[in-house]
Amino acid sequence: MDEKVIFLKDTSADADRTRDFYASFLNALRECGLEDKVQVVRVADIGIYNRGLVVKFADKDIVYVNVEEKDIKNIVAQTVKEGKVIEKFLFKDEPKQLRIVLRNCGEINPENIDEYIAKDGYRALCKVVSDYKPEDVIEELKKSGLRGRGGAGFPTWMKWKFTRQTPETQKYVICNADEGDPGAYMDRGVLEGDPHSVIEGLIIAGYAIGASKGYFYVRAEYPLAVERVEKALKQAYDYGFLGKNIFDSDFSFDIDIRLGAGAFVCGEETALIASIEGKRGTPRPRPPYPSVKGLWDKPTSINNVETLANIAPIILKGGQWYASIGTEKSKGTKVFALTGKVKNSGLVEVPMGITLREIVFDIGGGMLSDKGIKAIQTGGPSGGVIPKEYLDTPVDYENLQKLGSIMGSGGMIVMDEDDCMVDIAKFYLGFCVDESCGKCVPCRIGGYQMLSILNKITESQGQIEDLDKLKRIALAMQKASLCALGQTAANPVISTIKYFEEEYRDHIVNKKCRSHKCKHLVNYNVIQDRCKRCKVCVINCPVNAISGDKEKGFFVDPKVCVRCGKCFEVCKFNAIAKE
Amino acid sequence: MTENTKNMQEEIANLVEKWKGKEGNLIMILHELQNYYGYIPRPAALELSRALETPLARIYEVITFYNFFKLSPPGKHTIALCMGTACYLKGAPVLLNEIKNLLNVEEGQTTKDGLFQLDVVRCLGCCGLAPVIKIDEKVYGKVQKSQVMGILSEYGNHNQEG
Repeated sequence: MDEKVIFLKDTSADADRTRDFYASFLNALRECGLEDKVQVVRVADIGIYNRGLVVKFADKDIVYVNVEEKDIKNIVAQTVKEGKVIEKFLFKDEPKQLRIVLRNCGEINPENIDEYIAKDGYRALCKVVSDYKPEDVIEELKKSGLRGRGGAGFPTWMKWKFTRQTPETQKYVICNADEGDPGAYMDRGVLEGDPHSVIEGLIIAGYAIGASKGYFYVRAEYPLAVERVEKALKQAYDYGFLGKNIFDSDFSFDIDIRLGAGAFVCGEETALIASIEGKRGTPRPRPPYPSVKGLWDKPTSINNVETLANIAPIILKGGQWYASIGTEKSKGTKVFALTGKVKNSGLVEVPMGITLREIVFDIGGGMLSDKGIKAIQTGGPSGGVIPKEYLDTPVDYENLQKLGSIMGSGGMIVMDEDDCMVDIAKFYLGFCVDESCGKCVPCRIGGYQMLSILNKITESQGQIEDLDKLKRIALAMQKASLCALGQTAANPVISTIKYFEEEYRDHIVNKKCRSHKCKHLVNYNVIQDRCKRCKVCVINCPVNAISGDKEKGFFVDPKVCVRCGKCFEVCKFNAIAKE
Repeated sequence: MTENTKNMQEEIANLVEKWKGKEGNLIMILHELQNYYGYIPRPAALELSRALETPLARIYEVITFYNFFKLSPPGKHTIALCMGTACYLKGAPVLLNEIKNLLNVEEGQTTKDGLFQLDVVRCLGCCGLAPVIKIDEKVYGKVQKSQVMGILSEYGNHNQEG
C-alpha cells in the first residue's frame, strides 16, 4: 500500500494553529476512510510565510495556502480522495524577487574575474565590439526601455544617443557611484558584490557613444567598494577588456577612478563633473546638458551604477526580454534598500509593478514590532512619504510621482506609528540644508527658513499660518532652484503636509506630538496607581522637577521639567507616562 | 629648514609628480595627503599651492567644500556615528547624546585628551544593522544606549590620563 504524505504548517503571523488543523485533518480522513492511506505530518517550516495554513501534498507537487478549518473536509474529499485540484487554494509559486542587477552578488567572488567570466561575464562586451555598430547598441537599449536608475528615470538610450550625436572627437562616460542618500546602499552592494558587471556596462556605454575614456566617481566613504573596483579594473586591463584594441577591434577604452569627498550635491550631474575636474562641486545651469558640454566641456554621459549593471544582460538576452519585465512605462527591475521598521532589512531586487505591500510584507516579512505601519518613504531627501492607504500601489516611476514621492535611487524606509511625520520632514530637510552648496538663493535661504519654521513647530511655538508659509517657500524652491537638490529639497515637507496635515495641526494647535518624538511637546507624569514611591525618579531627575512625599505621591512640575526622559527610563514599574 | 618641512616638501613633490598631467588632480592629491597625515595641515596646503602653481585660496575652497577633508588632526580613535535615516529612526539621536555626555565632546570635535574624535556621518551603508557606530574600522550594529559605555571603554581610559 503506497502511503501519501501531507505536510501541514500554519504560517499566520500571529498564531500557530498547526496542531488544531492536524486534528481536523485526521478527522476528515477518517470520515472518508483514508486514515491508513494518508500520513499527515506537521512541520516547523515550509518555506512560505504569512499565508495562513499551508498544505503541501508531497506526491502531487501541489501546495494550498490560506486554508481555513471549514475547508478541510472539502479538501480531503476532493483533492485527497479524488485527486481534483481546487484552484482557489492553489499557491502559485511566483518568486517575488527577480535578480538581474544583483545576479552575481553573493554568488561569485567579486575579486576574481574568472568567476565573473564563468557567469557569461564580458561576453556582452565581446558581442558588442565584434558584431554591433554603436547605433545597434543604442537601438537594443531603446527596445529594452531601460531608464536611468539614479532617480530621475530619463531613458538611457536617449541619453546615449544625444551624447553620440554631438559632433566632437573627445567624449567621456562617467559612472556615478557617489551614493549619498541616507538610508540607501544599493550601489555599494553592487560595487562590492559584482564590480565587473558595472565595469562591463561602462565599457559598452563608451563604445555606444564613441568615448575613449571613462571615469568611476566613487564615494570615498566606501573604502571596500573603492578597493574592489580598483582590483577589478586592474584585472580587466590584464585580460585585455580595457586598454587598446579590445577583442582585437578598433575600439580602445580606459577607465580611471576619481573619489568623491562627501558632498551630496555631487550626485547632480553638473556638480559631479565639477568635482571630477577637481573643483568645488557646485552645479551650473542646464542647458547646455552634459551630453553637449560636460566634462572639460566635452560631451559626457553620466550613468548610475545600477543602470550600468543592467547593460550586459540586456545585450545578451535582448532588449525585448528586458521589456517583457515590468510595467508599461517602467521596464525591468529595481533594487531597493529596504530598511527601517521592517523585519528583514536588506537589498531587494523586484520587477517594476510589484506593490509596496508585497515588498514590505512578503519580502520584508512585515513589521518589526506590533506597531502598525504608518508610511513608507522612498527617494530619500528628494522623495516623499507614502501613507499606508496606498500600500497596494504598483511601484513604478509614474505611480510614485503621482503620490508625491519619487523612485529615487532606491531607498525605501518603513515607518511605524512611533515615527512623527513632522520630525521626519525636519530630518530630511535638515539634511538638504546641510548639503546645499549655497550657490543659488532659493535653496540656500529657502531651505534654512523652512527648517527654522519646522523647528518652531516642534518646539511648541508653531502658528497655524506656518503651514501656508511652508507651502509657499516650498513652491519657490521647486520653481527657482538651480539644481535638483534645491528643487526637490522641500518634497518631504510637502508630502508629509499633504498626507499628515492633521499631525502638523496637532503640533501647532494642541501642542501635542502623538508619537512622543518631539520632546518639547511631551509631558511626563507619574501614574499614581502604578507608582511604588521608590523615589528613583526623584533621585535621577537632573533638574529636581519631581516633588512630593510617600503619602501624597510624586508629581512632575511641567514648568521645571526639561523633558530629558530620564525618569521614564529609570522607572522599573512603568509608572511614568508620556503625554 | 627643519627635517619635517623637508620631508613634507619631498612627499608633496612626489605626489604632484605622480598626478602630473592628469587633469582635475587636486581632489585626488588631497585624498592622498589626508591619508598620509590624517588631515590637511596648513604647511602642506601651502607647499601644495607652490608645487601645483595654484593659489592657496583655490585649494582651501575645495578643502572646505567637502565634508571628507579635515583641517585639524583627528583624535586617536574616530567615532563615526551614523545619522542615516534608518539609524535616525532606530535611536541614533539617543546614542549621540549618550556619547556627548560620556565624553564631554561635541560633534566634529576631539576630546581634550585626544583619545576620541566624534563625527556624525550621513550613512555608513549598513542600514540593516541600525543604529550603527563605527570606531576606527570596527562597526558596532544594533547598539543600545546601555552598551555605549562598554564599547567606548574598549579603547582605553578616557580622561584619566588627561
